[in-house]
Amino acid sequence: MAQDPYSTLGVPRTASQDDIKAAFRKLAKKHHPDLNPGNKAAEAKFKAASAANELLSDPERRASFDRGDIDAEGKPSERAFYQQYADTHEGARYQQAGADDAGFADIFADLFNRGGGGPRGGPGSAGPGGARPMRGQHVQARLTVPFLQAARGETTRITLPDSRNLEITIPPGTDDGQVLRLRGQGDAGWNGGLAGDLLIEVNVEPHPFFRREGDDIHIDLPVTVAEAVLGAKVTVPTLNGPVTLTVPRHSDHGKRLRLRGRGIPAHAGHMEGDLYVTLHLVIGKPDAALEQALGAWATRNPENPRAHLTVPT
Amino acid sequence: MITLTTIYRAVPGLTEAELTQFIDADWVRPVRRGNKPFFTELDLARIRLILDLRATLEVEERTVPVVLSLLDQLYATRRQLIRVLAETDEATRARLMELMEE
Repeated sequence: MAQDPYSTLGVPRTASQDDIKAAFRKLAKKHHPDLNPGNKAAEAKFKAASAANELLSDPERRASFDRGDIDAEGKPSERAFYQQYADTHEGARYQQAGADDAGFADIFADLFNRGGGGPRGGPGSAGPGGARPMRGQHVQARLTVPFLQAARGETTRITLPDSRNLEITIPPGTDDGQVLRLRGQGDAGWNGGLAGDLLIEVNVEPHPFFRREGDDIHIDLPVTVAEAVLGAKVTVPTLNGPVTLTVPRHSDHGKRLRLRGRGIPAHAGHMEGDLYVTLHLVIGKPDAALEQALGAWATRNPENPRAHLTVPT
Repeated sequence: MITLTTIYRAVPGLTEAELTQFIDADWVRPVRRGNKPFFTELDLARIRLILDLRATLEVEERTVPVVLSLLDQLYATRRQLIRVLAETDEATRARLMELMEE
């Protein structure tokens, strides 16, 4: 049996609609789940208050309840709260710019500068000059990764200067200059301090025909005169194998076509990018027949595509 | 991906003017494909949250960015803690739990 909605909202049975609204708002301000992430008690209270409010704010349902015709079902309309998504990596889309490594980093830095005692000090914390726990140094390294492996992501083994062999994961969409942080894989700490981190700067090798711009990939695609003029279905390489692209009739050299979602795969807060295909007209091996046909065509279609290229003198 | 039509169906009472305002103020950031905005479940839940803030929690329009900024920082810190704990070994995690419950 659900709780009495009047007592849930803390209002008498004689309360006006305005009183009910005010009581619900007061409880919502305190217990809204998105303002109390991880607090199950708050969430339960908010849901109970919502259910009570849904029932009592509707005069007809309230009257039926008062007459005893219906029960307080205690079930508010189902909905997903923001906190369910905000804790996942997708939530990072709403992270503030530049807040990447904020949060706890400054607190840790403070603690170590203070010599491990921490703000509370207390028994067990090292006194000044004592054997303080010290964090190990961060170690920097560089790693060159082929374009495709960086774009798709992969697991690889590396050997460090101290001859340790480590398996590292290069996440999909890794860009040139990005730094991978392997926590605790730097130099060892002292006196029980944490080890430092290993910071690997990734250099992505250029690809012979793919170019990355943001989350999009660009490619210059050679097409023949016939394909450009008459239109064609052609095969385009992508990160995940070849796909068919329709070159529209009368496509000019330099025309750009887009293959949606065929760019860099979705990764940490980024949607998947697109593949941009720029057509490159190639003449190939002209023969007498083509020369003849073009000669006749040019005579019929005198045209000067350079007419606009004038420089004021 | 969720389209505009689905957003309006999922959030009765949401007006076009309100949603446009949320997007213009950068409170909600749909992805644009061509000229069309596309949303995720996260965006949908955020739209509901903003409506709750405005209507139920009586947060004034000019104060909404302050509340959102604080919430975004809270959730960023939670994500950071979650990420750090995921990379921590069992013994350290147990010790941290102890310390937090003190």
